[in-house]
Amino acid sequence: MSTSVRLAIIDSGGANIASLQYAVERLGVTSQLTTDHQVIRDATHVILPGVGAAADCMARLEKANLVDTILKLQQPFLGICVGMQLLFDSSEEGNVDCLGLLPGRVRRFPNREGLPVPHMGWNNLHIQRSSPLLKDFSEQDYVYYVHSYCAPVSEVTQATTFYGESFSAIVQRENIFGAQCHPERSAKSGALLLKNFLAIS
Amino acid sequence: MGDIIELASRYRDEGADELVFYDITASPDGRTVDRSWITRIAKILDIPFCVAGGIKSVEEAEQVLGEGAEKISVNSPALSNPELINRLSERFGAQCVVIGIDSQTVDGDFRVYQFTGDPTRTRDSARRTVDWVREVQERGAGEIVLNCMASDGVRSGYDLAQLKVVRQLCKVPLIASGGAGAPEHFRDVFIQAQVDGALAASVFHSGNIAIPDLKKYLKSEGVEIRP
Repeated sequence: MSTSVRLAIIDSGGANIASLQYAVERLGVTSQLTTDHQVIRDATHVILPGVGAAADCMARLEKANLVDTILKLQQPFLGICVGMQLLFDSSEEGNVDCLGLLPGRVRRFPNREGLPVPHMGWNNLHIQRSSPLLKDFSEQDYVYYVHSYCAPVSEVTQATTFYGESFSAIVQRENIFGAQCHPERSAKSGALLLKNFLAIS
Repeated sequence: MGDIIELASRYRDEGADELVFYDITASPDGRTVDRSWITRIAKILDIPFCVAGGIKSVEEAEQVLGEGAEKISVNSPALSNPELINRLSERFGAQCVVIGIDSQTVDGDFRVYQFTGDPTRTRDSARRTVDWVREVQERGAGEIVLNCMASDGVRSGYDLAQLKVVRQLCKVPLIASGGAGAPEHFRDVFIQAQVDGALAASVFHSGNIAIPDLKKYLKSEGVEIRP
């Protein structure tokens, strides 16, 4: 991985952001976990992880005055899990307005017989479009999920996963990317996602 | 116990979907695990992992998760203090909170056992397994690992009868534990008991079953699994 990568991981709170840092370290990239506007603006790549409820995460971003900085990012920007959900217009979780970088509303999985919520475990991707995030991916690639809410399938959907319904697994519009799975816990497939993201310039 | 980093790396490379680290002596001794190894594990593992043993408070759970574990598994302390499940779930979300249940058949009913890490202290917790399975879900458990004690270590197959009963009541992911000895046992527990995961230790540690072979076999038998 290129040493010119300066990766900022937005500190959105939550206990296990460390695993994401370890995952990029395994790719040879040192990251900065930060809420500093300047560090985020100067980064070549920015990741917004998300753990916990969407409304809490949005509240933390607002409290740190980060919303405006995020909206103006021109560099490759990746939201992970709840971080991806925050990219959309709004979320049913806490009925909150989100960043609005992507169209649509994030909804809870309905209760279905035999399909526990949260959707927790390994599932595969159905590739819809050829996003650079999905370079070298196949439908045999499984990724690891832990989530109760999901984003609808739309024109920004690059890959879907099926869990009682198809939901947006990988999304992209221009420099805005999102992954519903946890790449840091998705073995080789997850490492490939992160590697692909960090290779985008 | 051998070098856990070495063992964890081996299972990662062989395609294990998740690892659970147990310190089964933690609760009976009234001590907790030395947690410094969790960070070392988190740095090398690229699959989810769960830490079990001696987690008796929100503070201890926070420490374990902060070191990089995805999930914590609580067994005996939840029986002593069921409210702990609520507090863990509210603080970290249900997806982090695994409840381990040691259960065995007594006079035709399934009973929950406590302190199973120490044979001299193991005791009937005075709870019926079906009641406890319902209760832990109401309190916010995100996953249940059901360890069927009579089958544990015997390698004659998972306790399908018991797991089928619990499956009916269990709306969160259910992981079968205890009894795996042959690839067919894994097939049976997935297909007949409809569990979400199957946990095994000794058959993997001993090398009797290799994970890549097991996964190929399960796929050929129609079990959907990550290759």
